[in-house]
Amino acid sequence: MSSQPSALRSYVDFYATGMRTQIATQFQYRAATYMYTLGMVTEPVIYLVVWRTIANQHGGTVDGTGAGQIAAYYIVWTLVRTFNIVFTPFGWEERIREGQLSSQLLRPLHPVHYDMATFAGHKIPWLVMYAPIAVALSLVFHPTLDPRPIEVVVFIVAIWGAYVIRSLNHFVLGMLTLLTTRATSIFQIWFLGELLVSGRLVPLTFMPPWAQSIAAWLPFKWTFYFPIEALVGGMPTHALLTGLLWQCFWTGVGCVLVWASFKVAIRHYSAVGN
Amino acid sequence: MKLAWTYLRLGVLNEMQYRANFFVAIVQSLLGVAVAIAVLALVYSKTNALNGWTQSELLVVLGVQILLGGVIHATVQPNMERLTQEVQDGKLDFALSKPADSQLLISLRELRLWQLVDVMSGGIVIAVGVSRLGRSVGVGHAFAFLALLVIGASLLYCFWLILATGSFWVVSMWFLSDLFEGIYQVGRWPIGVYPGWLRYSMTYLVPIGFAVTVPAQALTHRLAWTTVLVAVAFAIVVFLVARRFWRFGVTKYSGASA
Repeated sequence: MSSQPSALRSYVDFYATGMRTQIATQFQYRAATYMYTLGMVTEPVIYLVVWRTIANQHGGTVDGTGAGQIAAYYIVWTLVRTFNIVFTPFGWEERIREGQLSSQLLRPLHPVHYDMATFAGHKIPWLVMYAPIAVALSLVFHPTLDPRPIEVVVFIVAIWGAYVIRSLNHFVLGMLTLLTTRATSIFQIWFLGELLVSGRLVPLTFMPPWAQSIAAWLPFKWTFYFPIEALVGGMPTHALLTGLLWQCFWTGVGCVLVWASFKVAIRHYSAVGN
Repeated sequence: MKLAWTYLRLGVLNEMQYRANFFVAIVQSLLGVAVAIAVLALVYSKTNALNGWTQSELLVVLGVQILLGGVIHATVQPNMERLTQEVQDGKLDFALSKPADSQLLISLRELRLWQLVDVMSGGIVIAVGVSRLGRSVGVGHAFAFLALLVIGASLLYCFWLILATGSFWVVSMWFLSDLFEGIYQVGRWPIGVYPGWLRYSMTYLVPIGFAVTVPAQALTHRLAWTTVLVAVAFAIVVFLVARRFWRFGVTKYSGASA
């Protein structure tokens, strides 16, 4: 008697195959991957230099944060940023215009899984490419970094949690493209919010208290600030575990929104393609 | 010139079909400026001067960066993206086989008119920055500023051309826009803020320092006239290198789609 593989086993197989394919593909284009990684690293290096300059002008600290801690924050930031790269909502316009979505609709899995498996596979080559850059940045900027084992474990879980939350959120944003031709402006507003209250621009402790209060009610800080702080911030264990619970909460919200937005938006899809 | 004018008219006509995009561009530009000003406000809430630059002076740097970014996004980037895509798809022979200078041709075919909104936004930010300086800008400095802007734009064009020419060897160049956008953010702050290795890289290897900081120096009374001469000489050298590299790259092209 032949037995069907379980649903969980099928998902694991799908993700493993998708990731393996992407790892092989990305290593084929090493130069391109490296250049992309360099572009990604520039943004935090700029912030790092600016805030380090301010720290050096004011006795070595900004709001009590030392230059070494600032360096650690932004160097870990680069790694978190790499993990936070997901399929862009801007890409949905081309996907819809050229009918690329049609083939995914014929397959048995929800389309969100294809993007998540693909970009999860990207992480491994990017990590390999990023490692020497992280070493070079550490040699230049001398970060203060001495995490406990639990902080390392939570960090590893949290960067994948951040990846899942951001993937789900961007999928929901992408669904707007099916409902309006002017979704780009909405994306811009979303990214503006993310930039300001995620910890991407500056550590949230540098922001005014009202901005920190807003950040507490939005998903952004759980995709940037929390994973970074988990490794560099010396957070107590209960705060680390609470942070993971918040990530679970936003993952749940994202899943519901993906399910609902896809159900509504897909009725408006009419392109045919390959 | 006739060819450039024809392509410019075509580009404008094409963009005028999508007039609503003008308002989208305005929203995007306003958001970009809002974020940049918020960052400046945040930085200057912690300090009075950044490496000797006041907030008003940094507004001028920011304005120049936004303005030049608008020029590049409207005219240079779309052409270079099309070039790399055509090399990858093997369609560049359509351009190479035409009886005109190939570099000129591949640099003129695309125009994103509405991106020029950033030129206006940048201009306004510069004007606000200059008005808050408390010192007037002389005619000589104003002319130097305009000349240095042109030099800056041509340096960034050459940088893009050199990068895009790399597509003759590295076929998959999907990362170019991201790479440029990442590096171009360096120009948002005065080049003197960065450590030596980064400062020299971003001045001579990637000419962001010459393109953005030097024009801003003209309006903030920080410009040494020797810098203008160096900028002119450097722009000529970079242009010759870019043109030679382009011609060399074309010889490596082997696609045939026609």
